Amino acid sequence: MNPSMRELTAIAPLIVVAGTALVVVLVDALWKTNRNLSPALTLAGLVAAIAFSFPALGDAPATAAFGGMVRTGGFTSFFTLVFCVSGLLSVLLSISSVEEMIPVQGEYYALTLFAVSGMMLMAAAGDLVVFFLGLELMSISFYILAGFARGRMTSNEAALKYFLLGAFATGFLLYGIALVYGTTGSTSLAGFPLRTGGLQQPLLLLAGLALLMIGLMFKVGAVPFHMWVPDVYEGAPTTVSAFMSTGGKAAAFAGFLLIFTPAVLLTQPALRDVLAVVAATSMVAGNIVAVSQSSVKRMLAYSSIAHAGYILSGVVAANPAGSNGVLFYLMTYTMMNAGAFGVISLLEKPDGSMLTFDECAGLSRRSPLVAALTAIFMFSLAGVPPFAGFFGKYYVFAGAVEAHFTWLAIVGVLMSVVSAYYYLRLVVLMYFNDQPAGSPVTGRPLGLAALIIAAVALIGFGVFPSVLLGLTAHCF
Amino acid sequence: MEPHILSLILFTPLAGALVVALLRRDASRLIKTVGLLFSLAALGLSVWLFLQFDGTRGDMQCVEIIPWIPALNISYHIGIDGISLLLIVLTTFLTPIALLASWESVSVRLRGYVALMLLLEAGTLGVFMALDLFLFYVFWEFMLIPMYFIIGIWGGQERIYAAIKFFLYTMAGSLLMLVAIIWLGSYAASLPGGTFTTDLLRLYAIAPGIPMGIQIWMFLAFTLSFAIKVPIFPLHTWLPDAHVQAPTAGSVILAGVLLKMGTYGLIRFCLPLFPFATFRFLPYLAGLGIVGIIYGALVSMVQPDIKKLVAYSSVSHLGFVVLGIFALTEEGMQGSVIQMINHGLSTGGLFLLVGMIYDRRHTRLIKDFGGLAKPMPVYAAFFMIVVLSSIGLPGLNGFVGEFLILLGSFRSPFLDSPWYAIAASSGVILAAIYLLWSYQRIFFGKNEHPDNQTLADLNLREIAVLVPVVFFIVWIGVYPGTFLGKSAASTKQLIHRIEETRRGSYAGAGLAPGHEVRPGERR
Repeated sequence: MNPSMRELTAIAPLIVVAGTALVVVLVDALWKTNRNLSPALTLAGLVAAIAFSFPALGDAPATAAFGGMVRTGGFTSFFTLVFCVSGLLSVLLSISSVEEMIPVQGEYYALTLFAVSGMMLMAAAGDLVVFFLGLELMSISFYILAGFARGRMTSNEAALKYFLLGAFATGFLLYGIALVYGTTGSTSLAGFPLRTGGLQQPLLLLAGLALLMIGLMFKVGAVPFHMWVPDVYEGAPTTVSAFMSTGGKAAAFAGFLLIFTPAVLLTQPALRDVLAVVAATSMVAGNIVAVSQSSVKRMLAYSSIAHAGYILSGVVAANPAGSNGVLFYLMTYTMMNAGAFGVISLLEKPDGSMLTFDECAGLSRRSPLVAALTAIFMFSLAGVPPFAGFFGKYYVFAGAVEAHFTWLAIVGVLMSVVSAYYYLRLVVLMYFNDQPAGSPVTGRPLGLAALIIAAVALIGFGVFPSVLLGLTAHCF
Repeated sequence: MEPHILSLILFTPLAGALVVALLRRDASRLIKTVGLLFSLAALGLSVWLFLQFDGTRGDMQCVEIIPWIPALNISYHIGIDGISLLLIVLTTFLTPIALLASWESVSVRLRGYVALMLLLEAGTLGVFMALDLFLFYVFWEFMLIPMYFIIGIWGGQERIYAAIKFFLYTMAGSLLMLVAIIWLGSYAASLPGGTFTTDLLRLYAIAPGIPMGIQIWMFLAFTLSFAIKVPIFPLHTWLPDAHVQAPTAGSVILAGVLLKMGTYGLIRFCLPLFPFATFRFLPYLAGLGIVGIIYGALVSMVQPDIKKLVAYSSVSHLGFVVLGIFALTEEGMQGSVIQMINHGLSTGGLFLLVGMIYDRRHTRLIKDFGGLAKPMPVYAAFFMIVVLSSIGLPGLNGFVGEFLILLGSFRSPFLDSPWYAIAASSGVILAAIYLLWSYQRIFFGKNEHPDNQTLADLNLREIAVLVPVVFFIVWIGVYPGTFLGKSAASTKQLIHRIEETRRGSYAGAGLAPGHEVRPGERR
């Protein structure tokens, strides 16, 4: 069967990103001398993908293509946007990175693009098998990217740990797919709620869904499947952590929204309750452990576990406010978390040592701009208005309260107070400490530009959330 | 009236902050002048608003409503009644004074300082104007950021501890309020034909009908947030730290305006949204108010540091305001409103005066002073007036507020006992003790310390800062009608609405009609 023109336009962004990845691999092999070409091509590819995804943003929620294997429409396009923004920020930061290996290697950019195309495939999946395909494409790219700072032990450790545990989790997911197929006779996501929601549910189906859920929980880094997160995010090159913690997480949440749709969750109250407990535990554990960290990167890793918990509350809500809130949250989280990791990548030393809180002391004197950007990211992560992080939290908690999970929202807001403590610790050191230790940040125009864009977007989406909400409205 | 006057007042300081941020970092004179001009412009506009405001109406005036987040039915809905009017004028009045007061004492990072002061003003004004709970919450939280930086960067020795404590304390309370706000919105949506809304005026009609078992929790969530801000004993522990560590201008705004956000919140949200829960809890809250009055006064008495003394006296004064609010009578409410303004003037004035002596001597310990009346007669005179105002001497502003509050709580059918007023009036005596005693130790006696003998008296700028404060202290004391007249209709309507709710149908709260609700009664 030849694909029709409609189908090709439907997956145009995916074609562009995957195509660029192949070109980058070739370019890198043929023009070893020109080191600016691969990053430039990568940026161009991502921007083009964003441009191609725009027309479908306002479309109906989902149209099937390729025999129902791939879906297109608002949902897919919105996630394409999230992934490409995450990729763009990460690539811009990587060009400015101090890690020896990264700025010059073509594979790095090719792998980033492959990861993005994997994520896009996940969000576009109309079938569990396609979803799995995307997940693997993304994960394998991540395994390699995590170990990209080859000279650094921690990076190697991160890669190995992520690979072993990741492969294990993938096994769970695949086993879940198998069980679901075995009980319902189909892997298609179209009509999934109908097939799983019947009165006579075999226990095997519940087991299958639970295994699927475990696989996804691992990928979003929710407690108790979070063990890999601190080590991997801390060990991986900082710009890779920025990418994994935003794009990667968003892709896994796309999986949650596609598989555990409100219709599915409402017929599986047991799974929904488990998910609520997981969300609460993630918020509590992530935030409390983050308080005691001395490495900024590790703090962010634990905080990302907590954020997975906040976003999961939107999934648990299983209503429009919750689902839209998840989308809003993911977009803004991508900006603020990539921004926060970006700040670290600008501040850390080339010797591969981890950035500690103390090294940030007095930064507002040395580099006022970087300090101001950090403050914006931290306030946004803490969920203080008028930054977009606040509205994201408001929306997912609104969903939870509406779904009578008020206790979850209460846990969430109390844990936000805890999180304010450690996010503000960075601000305290940068602004309230006078000793100007270390040297100012100089000469990283692209990295700074990426951070400024993210910060401006956070304020913009915070004051005018309707801009983003107008897009999420077409997603479901 | 100009239709967008409120937005104009709200955005003037915001624009000022932006302009200041764009100025050259080392042009310090220009930065200060521009900042002052913008704050004066906001003051001018709000004075005009005050003159135009129709005090005979009790409803919202100058209302502006623009859809903001249509998906959630949230709009930029602002408007004022007489109560918010007075607080807005107080805010715009104190900000230029605070800026002028720190004209010389703040020199490091001046640009950031002026910009943050203006942002703080904008945030506070927004709190007093917002008629949408979401919008209110945004301003309420936003205003933490500038205050946090002002305490943390320009504060005293323990500034970091104070700044973090201030931020976390306030945030903890307000986030629970956020959950309550969301819950209210979803409750509105769950009613037949209802939609999710955070519009205050619509919720006024809906919220009193919330079943009692839930209304209590909503009320407590809101009250906790406001009680921390006021602060009501025993949630006051952040206040001495923040007040003492903040720079003078920060303390003036913190005491003068920010604390009023708490009491304003009680009046604007807790009482009309959750009347039945209010009836249930008012004896306790009024009781906590009285504990605050006496506790604050007693702790003030033993403070060796003048600034700390003034800080604890705030706890005492705000206790009066809380008592007046929960008396639920017109006199009590009017007294509380005017007492909020009074406290802004007199405590703001005291912080200014303490700042002036600190700039000269770099100490605030009472024992380091003595006999200051001789080298600084003008300073001593201003200090005396403000102290007497704070004590509540008839003829000055403090008396008016405290008298009305005591009268209101004495007559209150809800408190139903004269003992509240009797206990509270002891606070007036205690205030006289701690303030006059410290005045005596500072200004009279022998001037022994060599540094104190050569102190320069106030300069022209400092006098210019204090004269307006003293002017209004006397004005309110002699003729409070100018201000009380503006808020009379609004308080009347508020009390009337609560009375109506009490007498009216209890169907929504699950009560039999004709059942009179007595305070403290279990249901």
